[in-house]
Amino acid sequence: MNTTKNSVGEATPQRAHFDTPLALSGGALLPAFDLVYETYGELNASRSNAVLVCHALSGNHHVAGWHADNPKNLGWWDNLIGPGKPLDTRKFFVVGVNNLGGCYGSTGPVSNNPATGKPWGADFPVVIVEDWVAAQARLADRLGIDTWAAVIGGSLGGMQAMQWTLDYPERIRHAVVIASAPKLTAQNIAFNEVARQAILTDPDFHGGHYCEHGVVPARGLRLARMLGHITYLSDDQMAEKFGRKLRQEDLQFNYGVDFEIESYLRYQGDKFAGFFDANTYLITTKALDYYDPARAFDGNLAAALARARADFLVVSFSTDWRFAPERSREIVFGLVHNGLNASYAEIECSAGHDSFLLDDPHYHAVLRAYFEGIAV
Amino acid sequence: MTNVLGRFDFDVIADWIRPGEKVLDLGCGDGSLLRYLKDEKGVLGYGADNDPGNVLACIRNGVNVIQINLEAGLSGFEDGFFDHVVMSLSLQTVRHTEQMLAEMLRVGREAVVSFPNFGQRSHREAIALGRMPVSKTLPYQWYNSPNVRFFTMADFEALCAERGIAIRERLAFEGENVVTEDPNLNASIAVYRLGRNNL
Repeated sequence: MNTTKNSVGEATPQRAHFDTPLALSGGALLPAFDLVYETYGELNASRSNAVLVCHALSGNHHVAGWHADNPKNLGWWDNLIGPGKPLDTRKFFVVGVNNLGGCYGSTGPVSNNPATGKPWGADFPVVIVEDWVAAQARLADRLGIDTWAAVIGGSLGGMQAMQWTLDYPERIRHAVVIASAPKLTAQNIAFNEVARQAILTDPDFHGGHYCEHGVVPARGLRLARMLGHITYLSDDQMAEKFGRKLRQEDLQFNYGVDFEIESYLRYQGDKFAGFFDANTYLITTKALDYYDPARAFDGNLAAALARARADFLVVSFSTDWRFAPERSREIVFGLVHNGLNASYAEIECSAGHDSFLLDDPHYHAVLRAYFEGIAV
Repeated sequence: MTNVLGRFDFDVIADWIRPGEKVLDLGCGDGSLLRYLKDEKGVLGYGADNDPGNVLACIRNGVNVIQINLEAGLSGFEDGFFDHVVMSLSLQTVRHTEQMLAEMLRVGREAVVSFPNFGQRSHREAIALGRMPVSKTLPYQWYNSPNVRFFTMADFEALCAERGIAIRERLAFEGENVVTEDPNLNASIAVYRLGRNNL
């Protein structure tokens, strides 16, 4: 039994079904969909204490606590969320949701396409950040939440928090945007493209209909994840964690595992390929690449942010080169231009992009202070 | 940086700021000046500081703070965006003094700066006796001081004249008392309201 201090305890995933069709940004119409979500804490009488947690590339609705059937599977942001933790569930009602197109129970490529009775597979439409936010708004309606006290997310999750302030400016009071960006750089898109090519060229991909063939493009997913992991860590941290350490005493003079870093990447790749859906990976990387709220404003981010009314906390990490501090500063100065309340913290942390999932004391102190300042 | 004076220069600064103005506070410390201006004047304020502890303190204080390295300039801020750009008791900690003043008057209509006056009598006496001054307003030893520029009111005013910076108002203090007679000799703190000569 898990007895982690300050844990929300056992969490139960719930499912919401939506019958009203959802028009997606790519032009497709989703006739109906399900969202799987978890909640922690209690919604107060005035419904003013709800916080939405948006996940990044490989995350899901299981944000805190554990499941009865798997007590070891702690939520991916369990270090942040719980009674007495920085996002304190004694004060806030916290909602985690698996996004549309995901592979953890919400409608996505592994769900059955009602038109064919078979899994959607590659036929599942590309969904982007704006679509996720629209679907999350439906869930907010269902839960009776008119206005989020805050929407928080890291990386791709931070983009959703930002998009909430643009699409539903009256429905979000605070946006907490961590290790994120107002758009990806060419380099960042390039990494995503290599990851996609690894999947698309896997002989087991079968044009995205691998489920029907009873296989998964595990090699492609594995490569995609290995590449991702390299970019989520910093050079310094990799040197510190692995250096040139060998698995065995001597070099092997073959193509097996010599170095610890190889072993780590293979392990992470295999683990990921064992549970994550390749089509979801493709969709999610596209959502990342497409995100660019300034695009409709001739690239002027400040003009795009003019709709926002929320207060912002923007956080970046010194060694995050995939979502570099400079990208966060672009957001901050766009917010200042519009006279919005905004604070920006640049955290010294050696762990690269992954820092946002860790519990660096200063990082968590900043989040705690910000959440303590949110009136409910 | 900690405001060694407590809050009395806040009143001076607040007097020069109208309700609802946009204010940027450089080296904002724990944000208490901004908190004061927000509560008293309803300003839209932003602090800028590069110290993690100060950033955290500002967030606890409920004021906007942006963590940036001031020495790298204010390039993210737009020309003339702020009504006032304040630097309270921090100018002497900045290496690129000229550029800092120019940047303050680029992003702000007016600048408000306060600094310890190295020309004050007891400081001169310390130098005359062969030691660097240590006083209430210069509480550091030479080897642990955050101050990197050492200047008097007269030095500062000479720089302003040379660089076309208009001194719109000046107040000098010894303790909490306003000094009018030979402030460069008698005052330990100076507060200036600055503008551009051509505006």
